[in-house]
Amino acid sequence: MTASRFAHALLGRGHSIKRIFFLDAGVGNGLATAVFPQDEVDRLQPWVALAQEHDVELVLCIASALKYGTLDETEARRHEKKAAPVHPAFTVSGLGQLVEAAATSDRLVTFGG
Amino acid sequence: MLDTAKSKRLLVIIRHSPYGSSLARASLDVALSAAAFDQPVSLLFSGDGVLQLMSGQQTESVGVKNMERLLASLPMYDIERVYVDAEAAARYRLDLSATPLPAKGLDHTAIGELLDNHDHVLGF
Repeated sequence: MTASRFAHALLGRGHSIKRIFFLDAGVGNGLATAVFPQDEVDRLQPWVALAQEHDVELVLCIASALKYGTLDETEARRHEKKAAPVHPAFTVSGLGQLVEAAATSDRLVTFGG
Repeated sequence: MLDTAKSKRLLVIIRHSPYGSSLARASLDVALSAAAFDQPVSLLFSGDGVLQLMSGQQTESVGVKNMERLLASLPMYDIERVYVDAEAAARYRLDLSATPLPAKGLDHTAIGELLDNHDHVLGF
């Protein structure tokens, strides 16, 4: 929640965000199958809004995604798994996406860990 | 391949012990990935992360990959700027002359300078 709120706050102040990279257990943020308790806010929707309304790239680390089972359609087919629980606003790709974003952005902010 | 003119000096801070969490391995994967794209990358082992630098790690009986071997291989991938928080190393009685890869001990003043000398800091 802290990270998605920070991202929305940045955009609200006129900054731009190239990409958000989800690593390790963070890939769970991309699960379309997550169900949130009724008295808590939806934690998926703020991410989806970043992608759909502000063209922010949401990338799940592929090594982490395979390990945690957060597969998209392509990876589910490749590994012959029945479920592809990742929301279509997210893509699954390699660590090079993090490195490339770091090299071409003037700020890099990390959360969690 | 990336435009090297756009290279940013990346510092990866490693705070997790080697086998207690998957973030220990993930942080090294990020460093290796940066090196693979010819980005200058430095490592700082801090807090519980200094335990990664213990020599004589044996993991066969618990069925996980040996982090010590991975660490020892980092200089082959041009990851040679490796630092360790000297205070954390002392707390864990880490022998800095017997680490899997050479690591330079830094006091808190020197760590501050290290942070100043990098464009991006990734903390794990």
